[in-house]
Amino acid sequence: MNKDTLKRMPSKNPLKYVYPALILLLTLSGVAQMPIFKRYYIADIPGLGWLAEFYVTHSLHYLGAVLLIGSAAYVLTDFLLSRRKTLQLTPTGWMQSILLGGILLSGAFLVLRNLAGFWFPPGMIIVMNLSHLAGVMLFLMTALYGLLFKKSWTIAVPEHMKKG
Amino acid sequence: MVSKISRRAFIKGGLVAAGTVAAGAIPAGAARLDESRQLATLLDISKCIGCGACVEACREVNAEKKPNPQKPFPAMLPRRVKAEDWSDKKDVDDRLTPYNWLFIQSADVKIGGAEKTLTIPRRCMHCTNPPCVKLCPWGAARQLENGISRIDSDICLGGSKCKEVCPWSIPQRQTGTGLYLDLLPSLAGNGVMYKCDRCADRVAAGGIPACIEACPEGAQTIGPRPEIIKKAHQLAKETGGYIYGETENGGTNTIYVSPVSFETLNRQIEKGSGRPHLGSVAAAMDQADKLVTAMLIAPFAGIAAAAGRYYKLFKSKKEEAVSNE
Repeated sequence: MNKDTLKRMPSKNPLKYVYPALILLLTLSGVAQMPIFKRYYIADIPGLGWLAEFYVTHSLHYLGAVLLIGSAAYVLTDFLLSRRKTLQLTPTGWMQSILLGGILLSGAFLVLRNLAGFWFPPGMIIVMNLSHLAGVMLFLMTALYGLLFKKSWTIAVPEHMKKG
Repeated sequence: MVSKISRRAFIKGGLVAAGTVAAGAIPAGAARLDESRQLATLLDISKCIGCGACVEACREVNAEKKPNPQKPFPAMLPRRVKAEDWSDKKDVDDRLTPYNWLFIQSADVKIGGAEKTLTIPRRCMHCTNPPCVKLCPWGAARQLENGISRIDSDICLGGSKCKEVCPWSIPQRQTGTGLYLDLLPSLAGNGVMYKCDRCADRVAAGGIPACIEACPEGAQTIGPRPEIIKKAHQLAKETGGYIYGETENGGTNTIYVSPVSFETLNRQIEKGSGRPHLGSVAAAMDQADKLVTAMLIAPFAGIAAAAGRYYKLFKSKKEEAVSNE
């Protein structure tokens, strides 16, 4: 991670710790929507039995989404209000932002679909299910790339590019 | 490496991407599910004589939809995954199976001091907000605009999640058939789930489900849900009967009217695998749906928190500037 970025990301920022935990919760509870954790003994690991409870993981996925939406709104507003002149997105940050936006949109669609009284054509539901899954897979790959190669989402705007 | 993408370009790009996804995601096909377009069935238990004509008609009319598994089944991993094979037990008609989507339950009860055996045709309840459909990870289970829930046997992978989330455990699995055979038969999937589709094709063509048509006693009727609910209440009022299916799991499109309470019936019927209960059921999707309100509030909370932080920062800077003066 770039020194300038570190300077601007105080270690007491709770999002720094909440965000990875949130992504882990959403990934686990999301993957748990497929009936695989029981099949592959993962739910047999003490403390992970909840991964095979579909209604539990469904509610946890929603809870994770609530926190992710709130965090995304906070980060975006914070960026626009106080960091836009000093920070800019890296290509990794740009890529992850777009993917996260797509995941949130397809997720919002699926939440709407799950509400009583809403109806969508079956083909569209399949496309949105697969888009959500593909978006998450791409996002996780990008996040892993960022983690392995120490690529930050943001970087300080060079002095000569700062306006006003 | 520093990106040359400006904030404006990023926001513009993001909006274009979001707009493209949104435009693709919400075509004109999306709609509020109109309850008056949902078809419900009314089963008057006091009229059912348990002749089994409905069961026979169901098997005959839906014969082509039944599984035709390839044997031997592919070896599945890990070993705990068991094949479910009903292909040698196609004649079983005293429970739900992949080959038998409707069966008759019986309950010995007392009505007005006299002992009587009531018979109850049982099949998918076709919930108004079906968890099997909503929670299917691939969209293989689907709800039609007329309220019918059906499973697309061409794309179902047989994970059995629909059965686990169904309050009545209605769908039944047959191994050795379906899409999973063309994907990773040893590692993912285990066949296809089957259940009553309330003769969706016949209904789409303007007909009525085979079970209703075949009933010699006219125990079942079908119609728009509001009308059926009205009829059910009228019948219950006239006979001093009880209603099941109107509110169970938030509402279903299969309404039973019984001369005895459903608590009594539920005690008397044989329950278990392939033999659904008649107990009370809370709306399965309600718990998660309550979090939707929080989802709507979340962005405003995030914006308010960031604005609060900005205001605090702005205020302290201002105070700092004043004290420096």
